[in-house]
Amino acid sequence: MAATDNTTSEADVPMALIIRRHGLVTRLTHWLWALALFFLLLSGLQIFNAHPSLYLGQQSGFDFDNGVLSISALRTEDGDVRGVTTLLGQGFDTTGIFGVSGPLDRRAYRAFPAWLTVPSYQDLATGRVVHFFFAWLFAAVFVVWMGASMVNGHLRRDILPTGADLRGLPRSVINHLQFRFDHGRSYNGLQKLSYAAVLLVFFPLMTLTGLTMSPGMDAAWPWLPDIFAGRQTARTIHFVVMLLLVLFFAVHIFMVFAAGPINELRSMITGRYRVDAKSQREEAGR
Amino acid sequence: MSRLLINRRRFLTAAGVAAATLPLVGCDAFDAILQSRGIVRDVLASANDLTYRVQRLLMDADRLAPEFGESDIRQGQRPNGSTDPTDPQYIALQQQDFSEYRLAIAGLVEKPLSLTLTELRNMPSRTQITRHDCVEGWSCVAKWTGVPLSKVLDEARVKPDARYVVFHCFDRMNLGLSGSVAYYESIDLIDARHPQTILAYGLNGKPLPVANGAPLRVRVERQLGYKMAKYLSSIEVVSELSTFGRGNGGFWEDLGYDWYAGI
Repeated sequence: MAATDNTTSEADVPMALIIRRHGLVTRLTHWLWALALFFLLLSGLQIFNAHPSLYLGQQSGFDFDNGVLSISALRTEDGDVRGVTTLLGQGFDTTGIFGVSGPLDRRAYRAFPAWLTVPSYQDLATGRVVHFFFAWLFAAVFVVWMGASMVNGHLRRDILPTGADLRGLPRSVINHLQFRFDHGRSYNGLQKLSYAAVLLVFFPLMTLTGLTMSPGMDAAWPWLPDIFAGRQTARTIHFVVMLLLVLFFAVHIFMVFAAGPINELRSMITGRYRVDAKSQREEAGR
Repeated sequence: MSRLLINRRRFLTAAGVAAATLPLVGCDAFDAILQSRGIVRDVLASANDLTYRVQRLLMDADRLAPEFGESDIRQGQRPNGSTDPTDPQYIALQQQDFSEYRLAIAGLVEKPLSLTLTELRNMPSRTQITRHDCVEGWSCVAKWTGVPLSKVLDEARVKPDARYVVFHCFDRMNLGLSGSVAYYESIDLIDARHPQTILAYGLNGKPLPVANGAPLRVRVERQLGYKMAKYLSSIEVVSELSTFGRGNGGFWEDLGYDWYAGI
């Protein structure tokens, strides 16, 4: 590669080409969302613990079975209490984390363990207070982000994948698998697709399924339980999208570290981002 | 190739750092600040006022909660909270099949009332198949029959300075060392006059069972289950809630739950 590339010497020079990558609104909304989502997740798991079962349809089947997931503590024949997670009728022993958790001499019988909930002890009232406060913050930030991104072109330029992005997707996947990351000004196809999924699908879906669980909103907007096929289905979707957001978070954090945590973090705090000379040239040539 | 190696090293670093941050999630860090009735808790809880205002803006006063068909009644109504009150006065009434029961309507009304079950049953009635949503997260569809609270309030003639309706109940809730207190709840006059807000004496075509609040419970279909007080003993029309219980408008509210439970 080096032998055929007559500009190698130039690329090998430590590049200090710094650009302004993230606008103020992007940075501000990013961190407010991070704060809100942190508390939404942990208070949400607290709320889930009050009735750790998920169903499909309008109601919860007590005399019939429409359950899809439940987490419980069950006493075995020899007197031991095991945490059991039942997914689509299939039971899994999850003692230590789901159902039964905590130190061996002070076992807690709860769906999600203390270290995954706010507050750490069982307190549905406080979980709800925290959840709804940050739900409002989350929604307000979404309105600001959406408005700004439509006005300043962020949405069209950086988030919505173009035809070329989609055609380049296989290449982008291979690059990622080989740990070859662009450090260009703009997002690659895979990045755009991930951010579009989170911002334009998961976030609205999370908000709408959350609203569907509100009996007041179901009266105000009766189409809510209709589009999600019932309040309990909406609750299940809310939970599944939570899992998808946690998965996104894990990949997101991993990629920050893999792509250079200092540079990435700096770009999301100050906006300044060091780009590769190579990708800079590629961008210019596009 | 060297580029790939560096990135594998980075991969391991990333994995290590990510794993190291996991225990930081440990959430007892926020316990103290949330527990106290301090400023942080108050600020967070003020979001409930916003929810209340916005939901009132989004729905007309008479906008109905969704109603369902007979085929949606697939199970009995799940009893929750108190299911068998032990108050002596209640047991005495129960032993006579509630024939001596009187519902008192008092407070800011021109004409205080004392109604028997027969009188309540002879008033105009409403039957509705609705979804009961518990604050815990579960739902149950059932058919409720009762007299609209608005009819009772009209007969008692509510005074102009009235703002809330307080429900007093026979069931007592155990608070451990501090003894027990009677369950109570409150709603605003908009919900009190809502067409689906009924004093229910029938469930799924039968008289209301004791487990579900016999002889009379309230249905507030645009809010969660804990607002729908069971075992009603009297109704009081008031201008403020601060004089009841610990002043938050209901038994669960006094323990930190939101007063407006439309969410």
